[in-house]
Parts: sequence; structure tokens; C-alpha cells
Amino acid sequence: MPSTDSGLTAPGSTGPGSVGSDPAIRFQDVEKRFGDNVVLKNLNFSVQPGERVTLIGPSGSGKTTILRLIMTLESLTDGFIYINGSPLTHEERNGRRTALPPREVRRKTRQIGMVFQQFNLFPNMTVAENLIEAPMHVLGMSKADALAKARGLLDKVGLADKENEHPSRLSGGQQQRVAIARALAMDPEILLLDEVTSALDPELVDDVLNVLRRLAGETDITMLIVTHEMQFAKDVSQRVMMFDNGAILEDGPPEEIFTNPRHERTAKFLSAVLDQ
Amino acid sequence: MNFPDFSDFWSWERAFEALPILLRGFGNTLIATVLGTIIAAILGLLIAVLLRVLPGWIDWLLKLAVAFVRNTPLVVQLLFVYYLFAMNPVLIEVPALVIGTAMIGVHYATYMSESYRAGIDSVPKGQWEAISALSLPPGRAFRSVVLPQALRATIPSLGNYAVAMFKDTPFLFAISVVELVTSAQQYGARNFAYTEAFTLAGLIFLAASYPTSLLIRRMEKSLAQY
Amino acid sequence: MGEKLSALFAFGPQLSDGIVTTVLLTLGGAAGAFVIALVLGLAMVTPYGWLGVPAKIIVEFFRGTSLLVQLFWLFYVLPLLGVQLDPMTCGILALALNYGAYSAEVVRSSINHVDRGQWEASRALSLSPAHLVRRVIFPQAWALMIPSLATLLIQLLKGTAVVSFITLQDLTERIEQLRQASGDTFFAYSVGLLIYFVLAWLLQIGMNALEQRARARLGRVDRTAGGLRSIVRMQKPQAEAVS
Repeated sequence: MPSTDSGLTAPGSTGPGSVGSDPAIRFQDVEKRFGDNVVLKNLNFSVQPGERVTLIGPSGSGKTTILRLIMTLESLTDGFIYINGSPLTHEERNGRRTALPPREVRRKTRQIGMVFQQFNLFPNMTVAENLIEAPMHVLGMSKADALAKARGLLDKVGLADKENEHPSRLSGGQQQRVAIARALAMDPEILLLDEVTSALDPELVDDVLNVLRRLAGETDITMLIVTHEMQFAKDVSQRVMMFDNGAILEDGPPEEIFTNPRHERTAKFLSAVLDQ
Repeated sequence: MNFPDFSDFWSWERAFEALPILLRGFGNTLIATVLGTIIAAILGLLIAVLLRVLPGWIDWLLKLAVAFVRNTPLVVQLLFVYYLFAMNPVLIEVPALVIGTAMIGVHYATYMSESYRAGIDSVPKGQWEAISALSLPPGRAFRSVVLPQALRATIPSLGNYAVAMFKDTPFLFAISVVELVTSAQQYGARNFAYTEAFTLAGLIFLAASYPTSLLIRRMEKSLAQY
Repeated sequence: MGEKLSALFAFGPQLSDGIVTTVLLTLGGAAGAFVIALVLGLAMVTPYGWLGVPAKIIVEFFRGTSLLVQLFWLFYVLPLLGVQLDPMTCGILALALNYGAYSAEVVRSSINHVDRGQWEASRALSLSPAHLVRRVIFPQAWALMIPSLATLLIQLLKGTAVVSFITLQDLTERIEQLRQASGDTFFAYSVGLLIYFVLAWLLQIGMNALEQRARARLGRVDRTAGGLRSIVRMQKPQAEAVS
């Protein structure tokens, strides 16, 4: 195994994960191509359990692809991803890279939740139904238990009174908070946040970010965040990774990256984002 | 339980015997399809234009008439006009093929008028505004600006209806026009051997309509790119 | 005129028999077509070629060979293979196969038109593919496909008229009998067409109600369509299924 694993020794790895335990997420020699277009090349990094990491970088630098690979919405061209030490989609068997059966992949993805830019709530279900569908049918919870849990979560995101509404009746900010609650209803160990405020009107952004800030303070869910909200990134994450052209350009605690970037590309990117 | 004898079921000899008869019938099928399409395309356009210019209540009557023709069976319409002309001694005798082709054309004109309407509606509002800004006379503007654009968007849809019409021509069986399926049925009844004739009829339909449909789908895709 | 009406009245029982036959053919054919459309349509959206390719071939085959050919094949040729079906079964089967093939395209394209994000969200919740199609994708695709299915349903009703060619006493056949009994083509066929028109209208109203319900379940409530307008304001300008 090549020892280019930058994440294990990254200066920002200050999460609760103790030495010797498996990282929550580990990328090993990951490559992703769309046709001839190489999006990620030879990517290696780890995220410790409980760590909150923000991925930044210009669009097309591969941040979102990383989240989508972890959620298995894309298949990786080469390499391996490990979740809590066990392979996610492919494993090395008899020296050959072998795909795992879909059922097994789905068992792993149960530990992972994702919130999307476009919310993607199910329009044919009420808010409560959106929240209990997967806990009932994937985790096998009873309807009463799932509903009780859903109500608790809706209360947490400030939408206790909306449980019987259709998603289409809610504002974008409210829909996104429902989507966060829906992801949390599955008790994920890892939460992926993919530009969750990019589709929102500016005045609705703060409601959503505040919910996430509170979540970050109260739980030890491992989070991987792609965002352009730099203040938010500074507030919640313990580590920032700057991507450029499908590779990690810089990796460190937010104070360091935001105030004292080592690369000019990073400085340029940050000033461009902050100018907006 | 007796098992069917397949050598009895299909005979190449009969197939080759039936083929020329079927192809003669297919001639009438093509005539009905081509002339029917021409009638439908012209009448459909006329209806679409009339629906744009007619005042309120006449417009509504025309719409009702169009809906009536479109929502009732072509077979019944064919029988209706056939008996009207055949039973009416005042009029000269009109061949069933002519009556049938005209009725198919009218039936599909009601569908095509809807395609034209959608095509005319799809012409961007800016074009209409440009017309009034140039103070072109309405008739001329419609012919030289709106119509060409509307037709472009309409052509694939008209093509689909032409194919649908082609597949509906066997309904002419109702009024004894010897088209493809009728000739197959007649051959079958004469020789008490239906297998070859009907199978060949189906294959001829498939061979003619499938490539045409593919062509239209390609046209739709290339038009959609603009 | 009064004489015509009394002739019509005397012919009432036969006429209503014909209407019942036509309605049974329509509903039976539609039910069969719907099942076929679901099976073939779903097969065409799976990523598995061994399912999708045969389904596609079946669809193109039954779309490409005319309804009447299929009907005659079932009626005249199948008995030679040792399978004797009664005319009613032949009629329903031919209608189901022909319109099922067209509807399968509608099912396929409606499912493909459901937002990709819905598949991704289901995946993120680890829902199984079967569960996701049944509970998430299909209810949304259903609302999309109803208008096209309504168009096809009315075409199916019109298509039932061909069964008079295989000895069934449907509405078309009864109208012809009324013509012979009354000796008045115009009268008999006007009555017949009017009955077909009303049947089509009722089907359209039913489908509109279905659409409204499906859309309400997606949280979209809009114009209530009813009255004669619902059939005058017509359907998609496309004989072939939506692409």
C-alpha cells in the first residue's frame, strides 16, 4: 500500500478519533474520470471519526464529486474508499480490485447521510412521511417510534408545526431544514453537506446555517461539507481542504488556511469568494 | 391432445403465392396514406388558422366539431360516409377508396390542427412583437414570418400522425377497400390459410413504419437542438 | 322524427347491449394494456440490457404492426396453432397488446422525467431500488403520465370499433343493425357517433379527476377541469407517445 496518505498525519486531525481506531473515511488512490475528463487523480486522505471537514476550491475542482463518491452516487474509476475501516464499493481480493455486491454497499451507505443543494424532498409525501420512510423501511423501526423521532427532529430544526404539510408548501429554507432532519432520522455516523445553501434566497440562508451550527455543537457526527459560506466553514469545521484540479492543494485548520494560506491559488480563491 | 403440425402451419409456397396479392393491396394502402396525409396536412392547417381568426362562438363550434371527429371512431365515420354516399342516388358513384381516403384525411386533420396550433404557439412572443413593430400587414406577416417557424416545429409531429394514419388504413376493411389487410383476409378466406398472409401483412407494416418512426425521432432530436 | 325516436326506443335493448360490450372491451383492454405497459415500461428503465432490450423489441413490434393485423392474427391464425379464443378475449387481448405497447413508452418516458435528485435522495437514504420505484418514483411519474394515458385510453375506445370485424356485437355493429332497421343512415350513425363521443367525454372526465388526485398528492392543486370544455381543450398533439 502506498504511504502517501496525507490525512492520517494532517495537522488538522484534531477530532475525537484516537490513535489506532480506523478513520471514518479513507480515500486510497482514488481516481474519477468522466470520459476523458479526469476529475480526481490519485487522491489520498482520511477523515477521523467526529471530525468536521470543509472542502473548498473553485468549481470543477472535484469537491462535490468526492461527496457523491462517498454516497455512491458516482462510481469510482480506480482506487478504494473505506468507511470505518471497511471497503465501501470495491475491495482488494486475491490482488484484484473487485466490486462489492449492491446489497452490501447499501448496508454501508446506511451509516452515511447526505443533504443536497436542491433539497430533493419527496413531493408525494408530507414532511413527516419524508422523515419516517427510510427509518421504517430500511432500519425496520415501528411507525410510532419513527414518528416520535421525526417529531423530535422537526422540533430541533424549528419546524414542529409543519409535519403534515406538503414540501411544495414550504419555503426553500424550510425544505432544506426538513432535508437535514430527514438525513438525521437515519442516525448517520457521517453526514455529507453538498452546497446546502447555494439554491436558497439570501435571507433564508442563515436559518439553515444556524441549524447546522447547532448540530455541529451538539453531536459528534463526522461531517464533510462543501460550501461557499466561508464564515460558516470557519465556525463549524476543524479542518479545511483546498482543492484544485482534482488534487488537495492545502489541508489544515481553518484559522491557518483562511488567514495564512501557503499557496497563492488559495489566497486568490479566498479573496474571490469573499468579494462576492 | 393433438399437437399442431408446424409444417402445416407455415408454407413458404403459400407465402410466395400470397406476397404479390398483398403487394397489390399495399398499393391501395400507400395511396390512402399519401393522399390522406396531404388532405390532413392542408385541412389541419386551415382549421388551425381558422381557430386563430374566427370570433368567439363560431370558434367554439369549430372546436366542438374538431373534438367530435377526433373522439369518435374512424371505423364508424368510414361506415357513415360510405353509406351516405352509397345510398344517396342523387350523387354519382364514388369509389370506396376515395371516400375512405378523404375520411381518413379529415379524421387526422383534427389531430394535425392541434400540432399546427402548438407550432404557432411556440413561435416566440418577440417575433409577434417584431411583426407589429415593422407594421407588416397581418396576412403577409403570418405567411412569411410565423408560418415558416411554426411549420418547422410541427413537422415531426405531422410525420408521427402520417405513420399513425398508415397503421389505421386497415380500417378501410370496413368499407371493403382492398388494402393490405383486406387482401390478406381475402386470400386467407379463399385458401383457408391465414397464417402466411396475416404474418406477411404484419411484417410489411413493421418494415415500413419502424424505419419511418426512427427517421422522425432523429428529426425531432435534431430540431430540439435549436 | 317521432317515428325515428320510437324506432330508436324499440332498438334500445340491443343498443345498450352494444354499449355494454364496447365498455367492457374498453375497460378490459385498458386494464390489460396498463399491466403490459407497467411491465414493459419498467423493464425499459432498468439498467439491465437483458430486460430492456427484449422489452424494447416487443414494444416496437406491437406498435409497428397494425392493430387490425394483430386482431386478425389472434382470431384467424391462433386457432391453427391449437389456441382457440372467443372473440371477446381476442378483442381485449389485441387492444391490450397494441395500446399496452404505446403506453409502455409513456411509462418509460414519464419515469425518466422524474427529477434525478429523487433517485439520489433515495439512494442517500439507502432505500432499495424496488422500494424507491414503488414509493418515490412511480407516484411522481404517475402524475406525469396520466394526460398521455388519457389520450391513449380514448384512442383505445375508438379502436374497439374494429371488433365488429370479428363477429362481436359491439356498439358499431349495433349501429349498423339500427341503420338496417330504420333505413336511415344519417339518423343511425349520428346516434352512434354521439354515444361514442359521450363515452370518450366520460373517460376524459375520469382521467382528469385521476390527474387532479395525483397532482394533489404531490401538493399541487390547480384548475378544476370539467364540463364539455375538458374534451374540447384537447390533449397532447402527439399520436405516438411522448418522447
